[in-house]
Amino acid sequence: MKLEDLRKIRERASKDLNLRKGDARVRIVVGMGTSGIAAGARDVLAAFLDEIAKRDLTDVVVTQTGGRGLASSEPVVEIHVREKPIVVYGNVDRDRVGRIITEHVVNGQAIEEFVIEVREP
Amino acid sequence: MKRRLDVLVCSGAACASAHSQAIRDKLQAQLVSHGLDEEVQIIETGCMGPCEMGPIVLVYPEGVFYVHLTPADVEEIVEEHFLKGRLVERLLWESPEARRLAQEKRQLPFFDGQEKVVLSNCGQIDPENLEEYIAADGYAALGRVLSEMSPDEVVASIQASGLRGRGGAGFPTGQKWLFVAQESGNEKAVVCNGDEGDPGAFMDRSLLEGDPHTVLEGMAIGGYAVGADHGYIYVRAEYPLAIKRLKRAIEQARQAGLLGPNVLETGFSFDVELRIGAGAFVCGEETALLESVEGNRGTPRPRPPYPSTSGAFKQPTLISNVETWGNIRHIVLQGPEWFRSIGTEKSPGTKVFALSGNVCNTGLVEVPMGTTLRQLVFDIGGGIPNGKKIKAVQTGGPSGGCVPAEYLDTPIDYESLKELGTIMGSGGVIVMDEDSCMVNIAKFFLDFSCEESCGKCTPCRAGLPQMLDILERITSGEGRLDDLARLRELGETINETSLCGLGQAAPNPVLSTLQHFEDEYRAHVEQGKCPAMACRTLIVYEIDAAACKACDRCRKECPVDAISGQPGKPPYSIDAEPCIRCGQCQLVCPFDAIHKTSRQAVTHRAQQQGS
Repeated sequence: MKLEDLRKIRERASKDLNLRKGDARVRIVVGMGTSGIAAGARDVLAAFLDEIAKRDLTDVVVTQTGGRGLASSEPVVEIHVREKPIVVYGNVDRDRVGRIITEHVVNGQAIEEFVIEVREP
Repeated sequence: MKRRLDVLVCSGAACASAHSQAIRDKLQAQLVSHGLDEEVQIIETGCMGPCEMGPIVLVYPEGVFYVHLTPADVEEIVEEHFLKGRLVERLLWESPEARRLAQEKRQLPFFDGQEKVVLSNCGQIDPENLEEYIAADGYAALGRVLSEMSPDEVVASIQASGLRGRGGAGFPTGQKWLFVAQESGNEKAVVCNGDEGDPGAFMDRSLLEGDPHTVLEGMAIGGYAVGADHGYIYVRAEYPLAIKRLKRAIEQARQAGLLGPNVLETGFSFDVELRIGAGAFVCGEETALLESVEGNRGTPRPRPPYPSTSGAFKQPTLISNVETWGNIRHIVLQGPEWFRSIGTEKSPGTKVFALSGNVCNTGLVEVPMGTTLRQLVFDIGGGIPNGKKIKAVQTGGPSGGCVPAEYLDTPIDYESLKELGTIMGSGGVIVMDEDSCMVNIAKFFLDFSCEESCGKCTPCRAGLPQMLDILERITSGEGRLDDLARLRELGETINETSLCGLGQAAPNPVLSTLQHFEDEYRAHVEQGKCPAMACRTLIVYEIDAAACKACDRCRKECPVDAISGQPGKPPYSIDAEPCIRCGQCQLVCPFDAIHKTSRQAVTHRAQQQGS
C-alpha cells in the first residue's frame, strides 16, 4: 500500500462513518406509525435509501418517527435541512421520493404542491 | 441501498462477560427475519465506557443508548425502533431525559466533562475492521511522519508536546525518545507495556480491545523516530480478547503494508511481535518486563543501565505504556500546541481512568488533566450509591495511596497527587464510602504486593510480610501502641532500599492512610474498635428484640447455624461464637432488626451487667 492508496481508502471508508458523526446536513424523517406503515411508509423509506445510495449523498440521514395524527395524508415525511424550517410532505410515494430528493434535498427547493405543513425546528 | 442505522454493540470485556455476543447474534437474526439487514448495520465496538450499564447498544443516527439489555429485549427494539421508529423507552439509559438530550445532540452527564482523545475510537469503530480505523484518520499520522518529517523532527514534536508517561511515573516521553534516538548502533527496539495488573484497572485492556491499531501506529511512529525496526507488545494472558484483537490487527496491518518491510513503500521497515505474559504483577516494572520479553524469569534488573541504553536483548529500547502509545498519532496529526492546550501546564493532555468501587457509574472515562477528583467522582461518576458519604479515593493501586474526601477539589495531575502522598498511577480510581475501613484497605493492597513480590531483593521480600503481620494484628484488635511507629519505619526503609518500583512503592497504601487516617489506626489499636464496622473480628451482629418479628428468614439464611429462635416467637438471637460475620442475615431481614455493633461495646456491656 502506498500513501496514495491510504488516502483513497480513507475517502471511501469515511462515508461509512457519517451516520455516527451526527452532523448530517439533511435529516429525512419518515412517519412510521401504524397508519403510515399501512399506507406504504416502509416502501417509501426503502425508496429514500435507494435514491440516496444511487446519488451517493453523504450528508443525508434517514430516520423514522411515530404517526403524528395526519392519518389521511400518510405516508408523511419531514425534511429537516439544517437551519431551515421543517417541511412536511403528505401522501408520499416512490415517484414523489425521487422528486423530493432531486428538487428539495439536492437543490434546496421545496415542492409546494406536496407540502402539508411548514414549522420551525 | 444506503445504510440508515448503525447499531453499535459494545463488546468490551465487561459487556462481553454480560453476554453481549448473544445480543448481537439475536439482533442479526432479527434483522434478517425483518428484511432489515441491508439498511441496518451491526458493528461490534470496544468499550464505550459506562460499564455499569452493560450490555450496551448505541444506535446512530439518533445516538441513543439502550442499556442493561438481555436477548429477550432485542425483538422489541427491532420491531419498535428499527422498523417503526419508536424508541423503546423502558430500555433507554435515562428515559426520557436521554431521548431529549440525544435529540438536542447534547451529551449525557457521564460523557459531559469527558474529553476523548486516546479513546476517541473506542466504542465508535469496529476494532477488527482496518478500514474503519483508516476512515477515522488511522495511519494518517504514520503516513505523515514517513513522508514529511525527519526522525529528529518527530522526536522534537513529541518533546514539544510535553507528553508524560501514562504508566504512572510521569517521565517526559519526548526525553525518552531523544535518549534512544541518540544511541548509536543499528539494532534498537520499541516496547509497549501492556502488563496492566493493578486491582481495579482496565484502561490498557480497553484501549487494546477497542482500538488496537492506534497502539500499533504509535509504536511504528516511535520506531521511525528512534531508528528501531522492530517492537514488542507485552500483554498478559488474562486479556484473551485484547490478544485476539491485537493479533488480528497486526496481521491486517502486515497485509496492507502498514507493518513489515517497506511500510507504505517509503523504505522504512517496522514489525511488531506479541509477547504474552503469565500474569506476574512485577512484569509491569519495565526491567522485569524486558527480562520476560527475552524469555527469562521476570525479575527486575538494577538500573542503570536504563532501557534506553540497554533494554530488550541489550539493545537500546524505547518502552512506554499502552496509553502513552495511544497519544502519539493524535500529537502528530494535531500538533504539539494542540496537545498542550489540553490539561495543565506541567501535565498536558488527557488521562484515562477506570472508575470503580462505591460509585454509581463505574466504567472507563477520559478527562483532561487538571479535572478535579470531585468532578470525576460526582459529575462523571454520578456520586456515591445508596445515599452514603464519600470517604476517600484511592489512586495508583498497590503503588498509590488514598486521598481523603476533604481534598476532593485537588486537580488531577502528577505533582498535586504526589503532594497528597499518592500517585497518578496508570489510572485505576477506586472510590470508597463511609463503610470502608482504611486500615483494611491498606491491608488489602499490602497483601497484594506481598503476594506479587518477586523475591529478588530483601527489603521487599522480607519487609512487606512484616508490615502485613502488623496490619493483621491491628485489624483483629490486637495491635500494640508502638505498631504505628514501626509501620512507618518499615515502610520508609522498604521505600528507600528496594530494588524496583514495586517494592519502593508497596508501602504507599499504608503510609498514605497513616498520614490521612491515623485516627482510624488509633481506634483499632487503643480501643479495639473499627470505626467503619468493617473489620470482622471487631464487630458482632445483634438482633433488636423490639423490631424482630420472628419471621425465621435470618435463621434459614445463616450458613453456620448461628441464629436460634422459633417462628412466631420473637426475639431471635445470634450466637457470636460460631458467627462468621458474613452479614447475610442483615441483608435478608425485612424489618431492619439486625445491626452491626462493635465487639468492644458488647464486651463492655457484658462486664457491667456482670458486676
